[in-house]
Amino acid sequence: MNAVGREAPERQEIEALLPWHAAGTLGRRDRERVERAIANDSELARRLTLVREEQQETIHLNESLGVPSSRAMEKLFAAIEAEGAPAPVRRSFDLVGRVSSLLSGFAPRTIAYAAAAATIAFFLQSAMLTAVLMKDHQDTSTPQLASANTPSNSHAVIRFSPQATASEIISFLNAHGAEVVEGPVRNGSFNIRFSADTSQSEVVRKVQRMQSETKVVEFIATKGDQGR
Amino acid sequence: MQATSDEELIGRIASGDRLAMQVLFARHHVRVFRFVLRLVRDESVAEDLISEVFLDVWRQAGRFEGRSAVPTWLLAIARFKALTALRRKPDEELDEEAAAQIEDLSDDPEASLAKKDKSAVLRKCLEGLSAEHREIIDLVYYHEKSVEEVAEIVGIPENTVKTRMFYARKRLAELLKAAGIERGWP
Repeated sequence: MNAVGREAPERQEIEALLPWHAAGTLGRRDRERVERAIANDSELARRLTLVREEQQETIHLNESLGVPSSRAMEKLFAAIEAEGAPAPVRRSFDLVGRVSSLLSGFAPRTIAYAAAAATIAFFLQSAMLTAVLMKDHQDTSTPQLASANTPSNSHAVIRFSPQATASEIISFLNAHGAEVVEGPVRNGSFNIRFSADTSQSEVVRKVQRMQSETKVVEFIATKGDQGR
Repeated sequence: MQATSDEELIGRIASGDRLAMQVLFARHHVRVFRFVLRLVRDESVAEDLISEVFLDVWRQAGRFEGRSAVPTWLLAIARFKALTALRRKPDEELDEEAAAQIEDLSDDPEASLAKKDKSAVLRKCLEGLSAEHREIIDLVYYHEKSVEEVAEIVGIPENTVKTRMFYARKRLAELLKAAGIERGWP
C-alpha cells in the first residue's frame, strides 16, 4: 500500500507527459524517463496507445479543416501595399550600443578572432540570402508537420516552374488541397501532401490535373512513381 | 541547399522585403488558419484573422527578438486575435454553440450509428470539447508544441499546461463514455 502510495505521484507525472511523448516534443531526460516507465508498466503502455489514438484523430480533424481561400492572402498583401515598408526599429541602435560595451571588456586578440568569425558568418548568410532570391518562388517549404506520419500515398514530389510567382504557387496548392511539408529537397523539388483522407486513386487524379498546369508546375509525381 | 530559416525571413521582412513575407505566409498560413478556425469556428472570420496576424508580423518584425520560435510567435498572435474576435460575440451565442456541441454527443442519432466507427466518434467528441480544451489538445497533438511553447502561447505556467491537458483528456474520456465508448481511463 505504501509502495503504491509512493509510486502513484511518479506515475501521475509520467502519465501527464504521455501526450508530449507521443508528439515527440519531450526533452531527452523526460523522454527517457517515460520510456523507462512504459517498459515496466503495461497499464502506462496501454494508456499511451489511447493517447496515440487521440493524437491521430486530432491530426485528422485539423487536416479536414482544409485551407483558407486566396482571399486571405489578397487582403494581406493589399494591406501591405497600402501601408508601405514597416517602420524602422530602434533596436538596431541599442544592439550596437550593447555590442560596443560588450567588446570593450575583451582582449584585442579575442576581438580579432570574433571579427574573423563574424565575417565568415556574414558571407555565409549573404550567400544563402542571394540563393533564396535567385530561386525565390521555390521557397514555399515548411518544416515537417505534426502529421508527417500520414500515409506516404497521400504525398507527391513537385518542382515548381521558375516563372511561377509565390502567390501563384500558394493559390495553386490551395486549389488542389495540398500543402508543402518539406523542401527544397533534391533538384529544388518539394514534398507536398494531400489531406489524409484522400484516397490513392484520388491522389493520382489530382497529380494528373496538376501536371497540366505547366505555368506553375515543372514536374510532379506521386511518391510511388518517383521511385520507379 | 537549405531553405531560409524563419528567423532570416523575419529579418528580411523587418527591412520591408515583400518576397520574404510571401514565403513566410506560404509556410505557415495553413496551420495558423486551422488553429484560428478551431477557436472561432467561422471560416470567413478565420481568414480575416490570418490576414491580420501576418499584417502584425509585417509591422512588428523589427521587434522580434527570437526568444521563441517563429511558429510559436505566430500562434501566440493568432490566439490573441481569435480571443479578441470571440469577445465581440454575444455571450448567449457562445453558450448556444457550446450547448449544441454537448447535446450532439449524447442525443444525435448519427452519433449512435457512428459507434461502430470509433475514430468518427472520437473526432466528434474532440469537436465537443470546450474552446480551452480544444486549444490545448490541438497545440500538443497537431501543432506539436512542447510544454514550454504551449505555456508561452497560452500565457499560463508550465504546470498548468500539464494539468489543463490532463483535464482536457479526462473530459474527452467522459464525452466518449457518454457516446458509448468506455476506454478504461481515467
